[in-house]
Amino acid sequence: MISVESSLAYIILLPLLGSAAAFVIGRNNKNWAGWIATLAAASSFGIVLNLFSRLSKGGTFEFNLFNWFSAGSFSVDFMLRFDALTAVMCLVITGVGSLIHLYSIAYMAEDEGKHRFFSYLNLFLFSMLVLVLGGNLLVLFIGWEGVGLCSYLLIGFWFKNLAYAAAGRKAFVVNRIGDAGFLLAIFLVFQQFGTIDFVELAKLIGAISDFQSYIPVFTLIGICLFIGAAGKSAQIPLYVWLPDAMAGPTPVSALIHAATMVTAGVYMMARANFIFEHAPYAMAVVIIISVLTAFVAGTTAIAQNDIKKVLAYSTVSQLGFMFMAAGSGAYWVAIFHVVTHAFFKACLFLGAGSVIHGCHHEQDMRHMGGLSKLMPITFVTYLLSTLAIAGIAPFSGYWSKHAILAALGENANPFLTGSIEIAVTLASITAVVTAFYMTRSLAMTFLGEYRGHAHPHESPVLMTAPLVILAALACVAGYYGGDLSHYLEGVVPVHHHFHKESIGAALAHSWTAILGVVVALVLYTKLSEIPGRIYKALSPIGKLLSNKYYLDEIFGALIVRPLESLARMLWIKVDQGIVDGTVNGTAAVVDVSGEVVRSFQTGQIRTYMVMMFIGMVVLMSLYLAL
Amino acid sequence: MPISNYLALAAVLFGIGALGVMTRRNTIVVFMCIELMLNAVNLTLVAFSKMHGELSGQVGVFFVMVVAAAEAAVGLAIIISVFRSILSVETPDSSELRL
Repeated sequence: MISVESSLAYIILLPLLGSAAAFVIGRNNKNWAGWIATLAAASSFGIVLNLFSRLSKGGTFEFNLFNWFSAGSFSVDFMLRFDALTAVMCLVITGVGSLIHLYSIAYMAEDEGKHRFFSYLNLFLFSMLVLVLGGNLLVLFIGWEGVGLCSYLLIGFWFKNLAYAAAGRKAFVVNRIGDAGFLLAIFLVFQQFGTIDFVELAKLIGAISDFQSYIPVFTLIGICLFIGAAGKSAQIPLYVWLPDAMAGPTPVSALIHAATMVTAGVYMMARANFIFEHAPYAMAVVIIISVLTAFVAGTTAIAQNDIKKVLAYSTVSQLGFMFMAAGSGAYWVAIFHVVTHAFFKACLFLGAGSVIHGCHHEQDMRHMGGLSKLMPITFVTYLLSTLAIAGIAPFSGYWSKHAILAALGENANPFLTGSIEIAVTLASITAVVTAFYMTRSLAMTFLGEYRGHAHPHESPVLMTAPLVILAALACVAGYYGGDLSHYLEGVVPVHHHFHKESIGAALAHSWTAILGVVVALVLYTKLSEIPGRIYKALSPIGKLLSNKYYLDEIFGALIVRPLESLARMLWIKVDQGIVDGTVNGTAAVVDVSGEVVRSFQTGQIRTYMVMMFIGMVVLMSLYLAL
Repeated sequence: MPISNYLALAAVLFGIGALGVMTRRNTIVVFMCIELMLNAVNLTLVAFSKMHGELSGQVGVFFVMVVAAAEAAVGLAIIISVFRSILSVETPDSSELRL
């Protein structure tokens, strides 16, 4: 009989086993890999469901796998902890994860390396589950690095295309910058509190009486943690990797770069809320960065023509929204948006994948259009998710986004007095922009006349079934906001509960989003020559947006190229000059001195005898003289 | 006879031997010169032994003679073996080992 606690271990072990099995068995039986991986993900989801139903309110399941290492007073257990926050994350990860696995079976059916694909996908689930189940900072960090690795492997899955491989490398390197911040935060926490276990930390920090003297420490830790979160969750200035990450197969974009991994930073902030609560300055930084990120990424999305790039920038923008909530101390709202976003963005990405699959690997929306008749199921699910992300009642996005804007408006951070209105305004504009660019992508893809040359067809049922389930969830998830805030109470501080409105009031409140949708609909179906004219009239702004604010170029000029020339200098001057010079110099000295001494070795016995006598005479005279 | 005579004779013999070793080309002559040097040393040992009225010097001479005999055996064997391979006993010819 497996105890409730020990079944925690099976949540993470099943995907790990699935990963190995999918690779080993799938190498010879290509079609099995997908089913093995899906089975592992679904069983893990079953265990999570079981644990979720047994978890009492405010309760926790703990399971210590083993003592990882101990050195002096520092002991780290491989501790898994399952509380309300973890339960929500686990449900999303394994639930959405299983659907995406199922979808991938059809999507990757023709791929030669699909055993590798499913193995990585399961490995990702394992890492992500370790991340959310980890009971201390270090176990969380293993998961954190693990998802980074899987992200790298899956972005560069088609590594024969050098640009894709480079995109994977970029994601990895940019993530390392954030990881360095996260590691510093772990060191700081241990140095200050002597433990890295979340429960013990919360207890220790709760017992502090004079918070004033601790504020600098908390601020520093908070900012370091946020640097880590900004790397993983694509916030300014570290978001440049996420749009490039679309090089990976589309299910990967849905699972890793929309639904789960990129929300790890938000989860981590909610988990470490006891630190952020006492670091108002760090929270102010979070708010400023997140509002800017949401705005910059949202406006960039308007000018993108690649369907996946639109969704990628949209994800960055929505992550900004999540951090707005977390930065305002409304952690449950952030998690709420994580959940609703997981549903509608996964659905959108899978819908985009279905379109790409149907149009024979066409990703440019300018070569699409009119697909609503050819791919009706994909169209309806994409439409529902678009309405959800646009924030139109009664779909889920409205409720979570509205809660975020409310939380941001009530933000009483002393470092933000006076500027919080600006933040709220920017966020509201971004919400309208979201509605605009999502409707634009919908209109360009599904409405009007077909502009491509392929023969689009609806995707098989294995792909449309997950779409339908996710779209349904995206429609209704918003109603559970109240339950979520009560459920998470006790794990994260809840200052304001869910504000439930009548449908009429909610519809009235979503008029800005409806406006955005209508304007985009008119511009991109009826008056399709107008956007081009606007683009020409405002060409500086248009160029700025379609070139992504020149952020890659700025980074290139400020960071990449100086580093490159530094590396070149180190290579030529230091490595080839000094290091190689020392080695070669030593060899040259030995060579020259050998050449000199060599001349004494004539091979003539008489010469040796003469030398021997001279030496003897010298030694004898020295001996006699002294 | 004063000891200086013996020592002078020994020094002259040693010098002849040393010069022979350094200048002669024939390996056998070089070998004989080495024997000459050894015997010069033997002469000094015996002379000092007589002077001090002690036997240990003469015992030392026996040891030197034994070593010289052994050395002669080994040395001649080497010379024969070298001669077999290069058909010469001239020292300049056996510079094969030089790089």
